[in-house]
Amino acid sequence: MSELPVKTNGAAREYITFRIGSQYFCVDIMSVREIRGWTPATALPRAPGFVRGVINLRGIVLPVIDLAERLGFYPAEPTPRHVIIVAQTGRQIVGLLVDAVSDIIALPSDKVQATPDVGSEAAHSFIVGVMAIDDRMISLVALDSIMPSVSGEAA
Amino acid sequence: MDAMQAIRETFFQECEEQLGELETGLLSMLEGDTDTETVNAVFRAVHSIKGGAGAFKLDRLVRFAHGFETTLDKIRNETLAPAPALMKVMLRAADVLADLVKEAREGIAGDDTRAKELLGELQVLSASEAPPRKSADDEDGGDPFQELGFQPLVLSFDGEEGDESANAPSGRLYRIAFKPKPELYYKGNETSRLFRELARLGSVRVTCETHDVPTLANLDPEAVYLAWTLELRSEQDLTAVQEVFEFVEGNCDLTIETVIAPPEAPAAAEAPAPGLQALSDSSQQPASQADPTKEWVAADTQEGSGSGAEGPADGKATRDAAKNAAKADAANAANAANSQQGTIRVDLDRVDRLINLVGELVINQAMLTQRVLEAGVVKIASVSSGLDDLEHLTREIQESVMAIRAQPVRPLFQRMARIVREVADATGKSVRLKTEGESAEVDRTVIERLADPLTHMIRNAVDHGLEKPEARLAAGKPEQGEVRLSAAHKSGRVVIEVSDDGAGIDRPRVKSIAIKKGLIPPDVQLTDGEIDNLLFLPGFSTAETVSSISGRGVGMDVVKRSIQALGGRISISSRPGQGSTFSMSLPLTLAVLDGMVVKVADQTLVIPLTTILETLKPKQADVHGLGPDAQVIGIRGGFTPLIDVALSLGFRHTRSDPLAGVALLIETEGGVRSALMVDAIQDQRQVVIKSLEANYGHVEGIAAATILGDGRIALILDADAIVAASNRNSEPMLAAG
Repeated sequence: MSELPVKTNGAAREYITFRIGSQYFCVDIMSVREIRGWTPATALPRAPGFVRGVINLRGIVLPVIDLAERLGFYPAEPTPRHVIIVAQTGRQIVGLLVDAVSDIIALPSDKVQATPDVGSEAAHSFIVGVMAIDDRMISLVALDSIMPSVSGEAA
Repeated sequence: MDAMQAIRETFFQECEEQLGELETGLLSMLEGDTDTETVNAVFRAVHSIKGGAGAFKLDRLVRFAHGFETTLDKIRNETLAPAPALMKVMLRAADVLADLVKEAREGIAGDDTRAKELLGELQVLSASEAPPRKSADDEDGGDPFQELGFQPLVLSFDGEEGDESANAPSGRLYRIAFKPKPELYYKGNETSRLFRELARLGSVRVTCETHDVPTLANLDPEAVYLAWTLELRSEQDLTAVQEVFEFVEGNCDLTIETVIAPPEAPAAAEAPAPGLQALSDSSQQPASQADPTKEWVAADTQEGSGSGAEGPADGKATRDAAKNAAKADAANAANAANSQQGTIRVDLDRVDRLINLVGELVINQAMLTQRVLEAGVVKIASVSSGLDDLEHLTREIQESVMAIRAQPVRPLFQRMARIVREVADATGKSVRLKTEGESAEVDRTVIERLADPLTHMIRNAVDHGLEKPEARLAAGKPEQGEVRLSAAHKSGRVVIEVSDDGAGIDRPRVKSIAIKKGLIPPDVQLTDGEIDNLLFLPGFSTAETVSSISGRGVGMDVVKRSIQALGGRISISSRPGQGSTFSMSLPLTLAVLDGMVVKVADQTLVIPLTTILETLKPKQADVHGLGPDAQVIGIRGGFTPLIDVALSLGFRHTRSDPLAGVALLIETEGGVRSALMVDAIQDQRQVVIKSLEANYGHVEGIAAATILGDGRIALILDADAIVAASNRNSEPMLAAG
């Protein structure tokens, strides 16, 4: 793969970075299946607000999560320039609606720092760590906790 | 271990097929078809099960199959006549065999008493039947050779398995020349296994002929160079020896010579033919075209059917001729040939994946067409004809792929034959099951889920539908009742009917029971059809005394519910004194569903057509408020709750004006009627069912999702859940956090 910007201990991992508002986030590239443009979703009844609905991904019924709203920002107002990151979490596939994908970075895993304690619940539940690239701070999103546990509740 | 597991699984799958053939064969034997092909097919089925079970050390299965096979062998050799009484026991034995297979598959050690009883019964029957054999032979034209020739066989069957191997060196001496062809090994046969099998018949001396083996440089690793000469001393007759090679027949050059005939009387018959040739494709061998007497005896032993018709022809030709003659029933023969012709076993997952992909293809094709239309290029003739071709092709692909999953209903119907037998025995009725259209094909899942409701209906037909023999005679009907089971394709669905020629539904009684149980008001006026449909009400059971057969606490309501769950509908028609017919109309596959596409608060929803009774446009005078939130609609004098779908799904938070929308009168599985309010009806079409649970989870009120022609997802409404939710709580269900 590509050259590492920093040579240190720990295996290098690659991340896809994206932007929500003015903040930068990333997810592990290994869990990303594809990136596609926004298409209107079919709303799901009684779903939490951050669940935008479901779209057709080549025959798969793909739930789309508004990551901004899930992380506690204002809900996104999707335009055709918004993108959906199709990611695998466990056995499910989920689409994450974000403003734009910016970069792919490679970083040894020991460069990921623990999330600073800022007293925000969203930050704690959904951010597993932060990393510094150039002058930016990038938050690593915990995919596992993004999806609501619907099946459990409905049973 | 895994590989072993897979082989074991294949064995059990094959067992199912064998059991099916066994039952079909036995049934046609019961009908009087004593054709050699049929008898052989029955024998082969049991024999194969025994063989496979032996390989897996399923001793109980082997023991029973062996006993069964012993009796069948006597029928095959015509030392035992397939009398109806015997055939009935045989059918029961087939049932037990099926049970044993099932137990072996599930690894349960079941109760052996029934198996033992039946084996005993078979033994008694075959023993008592043995003497009359003489007269039967006389009728056949009295073939002295046959009678004498088979004498030792009768003796040998008195011994148990153990005795067979402990053969005295006396008896017959066979010289067997055996040269396998490559195909024999391709099919996974092993020569040593055959020899071991032979050794069970007596003592064997094996000599391997290696003179054909070339030098290493010239050796083709896939070719076969070895041949064997075997000398077998055994008490068993030629048939038993031939049987060892039954499965490799045609895949080897085989000659079996009887060097020393049995010491007793038959010497007269067989002495002039010491070089008796038989079996396999020995037709090419000049020896077999020789002496007519030899051939005659050979063919005789081979087929076990001693009709003296065989002339001095080539052994194989004679056999084939006999077989062909036997296959007079051309349709059956063709079927048998078809079923053996190039089938493969494929993982269900692979088929399902293919079906999914084709579903995508269909949607994609529809989308493409729509886009092209929008772009306005359709005016170009080549484009539009290309699109048409594409559409045809995709349709055809879809149909062919769906056909892969489809299976004939035959195995299901065969299982019903057993139910009829059991219930008839238990109720002391004489019943004949007539089946029709067994080759109609339905999706595998539908067949699997149809088994229980169908079993129940068949039980009902025999137990409740048919009268007792005395009553039938009194009514001027034949003593034997008839239950008909038929399947037919009708306009994209399969219609399965269960009918009996019994007394029909006793409507006054049905009505009085319904009134007694409080299911209907006492003064209600009902049409005949409505009374018949009372049978489907939960909590209804007509049997005056709860019998162990039908009265298991499961009524026709459960049957109806299972049929509806399959996307089907069930109806009854009945004529007093002439019988009743239950008719089920089922979708050919569960992958698609007929739905009504509706608009609800800007959302497109699909409602399964099977739940919808009728659609209506509410009028001001019909809609009434009931309490603070609820509304009802008056339909032909009754009041039905009106459920606002948009409200109950949380798409809207205030009740919409019922007069602006359309009401769909639905009936839930429990038979409850409700009217669902939607904004507009858009379309009625077949949709491909997609799981919502795979990547998201269950959503209350939604059964599944589907993809519409424009590529967008539409949700399929779970009408039952909507009704249940609105009953639980007339408040609108609000978005859950």
